[in-house]
Amino acid sequence: MADRTFPVEGTLDLTPARPRENTWLETAHEWVTTVDHKKLGIMYVTYAIVFLLVGGAEAIAIRIQLMWPQNKFLSPEVFNQFFTMHGTTMVFLMGMPMIFGFANYLVPLMIGARDMAFPRLNAFSFWMTAFGGLLLYYSFLGGSGLYGVGSAPDVGWWAYAPLTARAFSPGHATDYWALALIVTGVGTIGTAINIIATVLSMRCKGMTLMRMPLFVWLSMVTSGLTLITITPLTAAQIMLLIDRYLGGHFFDTQAGGSATIWMHFFWIFGHPEVYVLVLPAFGIASEVIPVFSRKAIFGYPAMVAASVGIAFISTGVWAHHMFTIGMTSVSNAFFVLSTMLVGIPTGIKIFNWIATMWGGKIRFATPMLFLTAFVFQFLAAGLTGIMLAVAPFDWQLHNSYFVIAHFHYVLVGAIVFAIFGGLYYWFPKVTGRMLNEKWGKWNFWLFLIGFHVTFDTMHFVGILGMPRSIYTYMPDRGWNNLNLVVSIGAFIQAISVLIFAANLVWSLFRGEIAGNDPWDAWTLEWAAASPPPVYNFSTDPSVESRRPLWDLKHPEDPDWKYE
Amino acid sequence: MSTTTLIPHATHAPEQEWSLPSRGRVAMYCLIIGESAIFTIFVVAYIYYIGRSLTGPTPRQVLDVPIFNSICLLSSSLTIWLAERSLERNKIKHFGAWWALTLTLGAIFLVGTGIEWHTLIYEKGLTISTNLFGTTFYSLVGLHATHVIFGLIGLSTVLIFTLMGKVREEHSERIQVLALYWHFVDAVWVVVFTVVYILGR
Repeated sequence: MADRTFPVEGTLDLTPARPRENTWLETAHEWVTTVDHKKLGIMYVTYAIVFLLVGGAEAIAIRIQLMWPQNKFLSPEVFNQFFTMHGTTMVFLMGMPMIFGFANYLVPLMIGARDMAFPRLNAFSFWMTAFGGLLLYYSFLGGSGLYGVGSAPDVGWWAYAPLTARAFSPGHATDYWALALIVTGVGTIGTAINIIATVLSMRCKGMTLMRMPLFVWLSMVTSGLTLITITPLTAAQIMLLIDRYLGGHFFDTQAGGSATIWMHFFWIFGHPEVYVLVLPAFGIASEVIPVFSRKAIFGYPAMVAASVGIAFISTGVWAHHMFTIGMTSVSNAFFVLSTMLVGIPTGIKIFNWIATMWGGKIRFATPMLFLTAFVFQFLAAGLTGIMLAVAPFDWQLHNSYFVIAHFHYVLVGAIVFAIFGGLYYWFPKVTGRMLNEKWGKWNFWLFLIGFHVTFDTMHFVGILGMPRSIYTYMPDRGWNNLNLVVSIGAFIQAISVLIFAANLVWSLFRGEIAGNDPWDAWTLEWAAASPPPVYNFSTDPSVESRRPLWDLKHPEDPDWKYE
Repeated sequence: MSTTTLIPHATHAPEQEWSLPSRGRVAMYCLIIGESAIFTIFVVAYIYYIGRSLTGPTPRQVLDVPIFNSICLLSSSLTIWLAERSLERNKIKHFGAWWALTLTLGAIFLVGTGIEWHTLIYEKGLTISTNLFGTTFYSLVGLHATHVIFGLIGLSTVLIFTLMGKVREEHSERIQVLALYWHFVDAVWVVVFTVVYILGR
């Protein structure tokens, strides 16, 4: 067993030769027609970053409007459009493409494959998602057709019936919204199928399920969850379009239809969607934290079990968004308990990350800073989640800024922080250059401060009774100073994101050359060149533990002896 | 770091059998899971709205149970299985015959649905906007019929290739993946049939 030769024969890989000098048109053609998982991954992430800036700009406009009582920065109509577009953009055009971009780029590399299982389906899915986004934003021009000046959807990202009925939402804005989500949904389903098929059928030799990196596990669980959560949304959107175009009565209360059933269908999608977004963030955390703590992940099997458990439980909690509609006390109790149940597997994860850091030789490089903040903010978000899961408490604070603060704690405090960490961590692999550390620190600290100034304060405004989705408020409510503070925090975050964008562009051309394995990491993607050649690995790798690169670097003490 | 890379290769473990599931099958099962979720939502809506229409006609007044149609569609699952088996045993002629029969049975079902809808719309006055029953009936049955159409497009494509002599034993697996979709369409019909024509009436 101890007879290992080092280096292993047949393992020489070549860094990609100097890229061919292409004309601008050739390069564009290459990117548009590509089926390479790495290029598609880069396009997904770039697309997501563009929409992060767009959705962020909408958030800033909203915050300027709410800075002072009776402000006149946005009209009520535009305010409605902006919070609708902000929510829809951030969930469907920023969050989803971002996590699928990460998965697209990393999953084949991490499991030692040369591409996804279905490269052309992959390209198809990306372009569907991309055109869905364009369709949504075209509504700013075409929302009212030729006779109007154009209007974006203004029904909220949850689009409750009967507001979406023809009578109450004339014009085409709502149709653009529904169609855009169906189109991006098709792309999402395609990618989800592709990721599951890749993970199950394309693993390199020795990469058993229980040796896969946790990011791969979580991408697969996310994709499985996507299959059963995006599809109900698609079904509900089809019903909505039947109502709007063919005179159907699904959500038409005057013909016996039910507005409540839309809420059910929407939240059957909407709640698991949060987990679709947060599970890959868990995956990023489970990759970054061990590497920067210089320890193997604590409790790998428990982490896998917890991920699968979260996915299952999350499909049975949706009606906790609907405590105020007057359900029976039995259903209220059921959804209170099922929601609290999510706390168990999530708690396991938080304990395991902390146990991984515990006694480790922690390096606080920018990725680790973001992921450390992620752990604590996610914990806080989970705690306010438990508060809101208690039905009587929810009756008090439903539709208030407390709820907004809670879910932004999850979406920004956990997911966006993890995404930033992931971008700093894998940027060297993707481009061959490091992101600038000094700017990274500025990015992190400003974002952290801005985040807490905004969203911690938002909890208090919510408890003081400020409802969500209002475009202005009276000066005598006692919300004035708090709203000003919330808006200031938003500006700090915006500055931080702009620093990040500048860092991204600057480092792409001027960043320090990274080498193949700048973080001294252990998973297979770091065995490929940076950036990896089209074929990823010159020979098919084979592995015998969860940390193949550790085995390679430490032949005297390999992991396979202990697993 | 140097410009060369080391790729991990297992050295200590003895050579093991390394087999992975077929990607086509995995993908088709995933698609079926996703599609099942779509159908579940439509079926739930149908069941929820049974008897809630404010105006007529009711299902009992206008719906006839499509027994012949259903027999055709369900037996096509058997014929497609016989086709799969023939191809595995490299009997291409048998395969073509069973495949064509499957296609015919599917087409009969679709035509049957078309006739049913024509009668409902023009003779019995039930359209998608008449009442809740019309809305849920046409959308659920229509969703299934759409899947039958997609299935028939797939089946026809394979039939054309078979007639051109391009289908061989080695395509067995791909054919089986397509057949899996057809089995799913049939299985969904069992649910739709039960809900619409038995429970709903």
